[in-house]
Amino acid sequence: MRELTFTAATREALSEAMDADPRIFVVGEGIGVRGGNFNTTAGLYEKHGPMRLCDTPISERGFVGMCAGAAMTGSRPVVDFMFFDFILDSMGELINQIAKMQYMSSGRLSMPIILRGCIGIGNSSATHHSGNYYPIFAHLPGIRVALPYSPADAKGLFNTALRGDDPVLFLEHKSLLNMKGPVPDGDYAIPFGQANVLRNGTQITVVSMAFMLKKTIEVCDKLAAEGISIELIDPRTVNPLDIDTILTSVHKTGRLLIVDETFAPCGIGAEIAAQVVARGFDDLDAPIARLNGVHTPTPYSPALEAAVVPDNVAIERAIRDLLAE
Amino acid sequence: MTTAANPTAPAFASDSTLHALDSAAHLALYRGMLVIRRTEEQLARAHQSGFIPGACHTYVGEEAVATGVCAHLDRKDAVFSTHRGHGHALAKGVPPREVAAELFGRATGCSRGRGGSMHLFSPEVGMMGTSGIVGPCILQATGAGYTFKLLNQPQVGVAFFGDGAVNNGAFHEGLNLAAIYGLPVLFICENNMYATEIAFSYATRNTDVGARGALYGIPGVTVDGNDIMAVYAAADEATKRARSGGGPTLIECRTYRTRPHAEGMRDGGYRSLEEVDSWKQRDPIQTYRARLLAADKATADQLTAIENEVKALAEEAIEFAKNSPYPDPATASEHIYHA
Repeated sequence: MRELTFTAATREALSEAMDADPRIFVVGEGIGVRGGNFNTTAGLYEKHGPMRLCDTPISERGFVGMCAGAAMTGSRPVVDFMFFDFILDSMGELINQIAKMQYMSSGRLSMPIILRGCIGIGNSSATHHSGNYYPIFAHLPGIRVALPYSPADAKGLFNTALRGDDPVLFLEHKSLLNMKGPVPDGDYAIPFGQANVLRNGTQITVVSMAFMLKKTIEVCDKLAAEGISIELIDPRTVNPLDIDTILTSVHKTGRLLIVDETFAPCGIGAEIAAQVVARGFDDLDAPIARLNGVHTPTPYSPALEAAVVPDNVAIERAIRDLLAE
Repeated sequence: MTTAANPTAPAFASDSTLHALDSAAHLALYRGMLVIRRTEEQLARAHQSGFIPGACHTYVGEEAVATGVCAHLDRKDAVFSTHRGHGHALAKGVPPREVAAELFGRATGCSRGRGGSMHLFSPEVGMMGTSGIVGPCILQATGAGYTFKLLNQPQVGVAFFGDGAVNNGAFHEGLNLAAIYGLPVLFICENNMYATEIAFSYATRNTDVGARGALYGIPGVTVDGNDIMAVYAAADEATKRARSGGGPTLIECRTYRTRPHAEGMRDGGYRSLEEVDSWKQRDPIQTYRARLLAADKATADQLTAIENEVKALAEEAIEFAKNSPYPDPATASEHIYHA
């Protein structure tokens, strides 16, 4: 199968969708002639021009609110934030307007808007270019939150976002953007709320997401050589969350570890743990374990930055500790 | 505080518009204002009687603005409004009974009981929502303009907002975005001199909202918002400009709400009763009525017939609301997602 980078895969999805649907347009800073800070729209301006590849002033609240009104009136905006941290200047438009609009209008308005951008700690991005934020958004009714890992998943999930009528936050970990992977030819879409089981195993279930998956896969493969059997699950979307796949796995393994780059308090791991305890308590042979990034703003120095994110050693230790319980 | 803080703006083509419009057009405008007034009088009464469980911000005194602007719109034009939005919804064509039923929290309300006064939705007639948050309507109307330009449709987006919104960042960002993209949008500022109970003259050192258009490189005008002819003329020019690709316009309509910020709140304290009375003397409906008669644009019989018909319409709206069922509790979490 051909190989594409994560960014090339989403760009292909966007390009194909824009060819097919004249209602789709992209807004953002530098997504026009420049093609996007992360090349998310490279080559599209030449094809579609300035109304469909709309460069904006540094006016996040303004263009998010504008795109809300656009989506309400029949077009299909894609907001490209570059760094997802920038969405924080538009939280009122997102939470009070975009997320609630379909409900407030009793379903007579749809809200087909994609808000995309890169997340994640790495490359000394420091505090304003490294946030993850997805537990905050997963808390809210009215928006979908996709967190793809592989290029193939990125294209399939982006296609679902492009074709649906709900607001979607599409979060792209910056350390994944240039990673290559196989991407199927032809058209396909991956539904939201369907976890991907990356490794089948019997002794322990590990849920991991986004860039943490790359590290977790490396650890799984190392431990597999020792005969340790790990079931590795990528939820792919955290709203909706495919809890059934996790429960089925825990029924088999009796042990659950959640590996997540972002904070533990009120986080995705806390939600998964609560649901598994509620519905799968009798399947558990050990306490549910979480391995998270440190509950702190992101530091700049490489020495400090490395200290706040789980690494392969920490993941391996967490798995071994849970197996010893 | 006196009316001098907000002097009556110059008549914007008011007399020439009065003479240019035919009787049918005038009677429609008169009826439009009266539908808002009579419906809201009923709503205020219903609020006092406990039929309205939530907030009720009336538009009494400001009817000329919504009516004069919406006269230039059809169902496909998109209106985005504020917490003081009954007038906009009614002027855009939402039936009084659907507005009343929504405030009563009934299943037959225009938002099916999910919204109340501050979330009136009727996309079928281009009423894209009133809002409990001050400012977003400016951005959303800009977005509607973006859709219409992108898809080559002849419609316009219209934002109604108060003086309280113009010191909010959404005003700055929305007008700037609409300006740089040349979008078909009308920004209608209803300057009623108070944001809740904070005087506009306190909240800004420059109370000339119309002049702010120039800051964004777009036309900006100020009109007497109690003079429906002035509002009508300004909105006529702005909608024609927008529909012909000329971009957005800011229109400041200087007006006044003669009832409290919200039903159940105090009337004075932050403003003098003399000030309230002076604006009641300039009631937009009574003023217009007198001008129509003086200019022979309508007969007393014609106006009386409209008054009787609208009175019955407003009373029927309340009866409809009272007799409507509440929504099924089992539907409380429906419509969060499309799919």
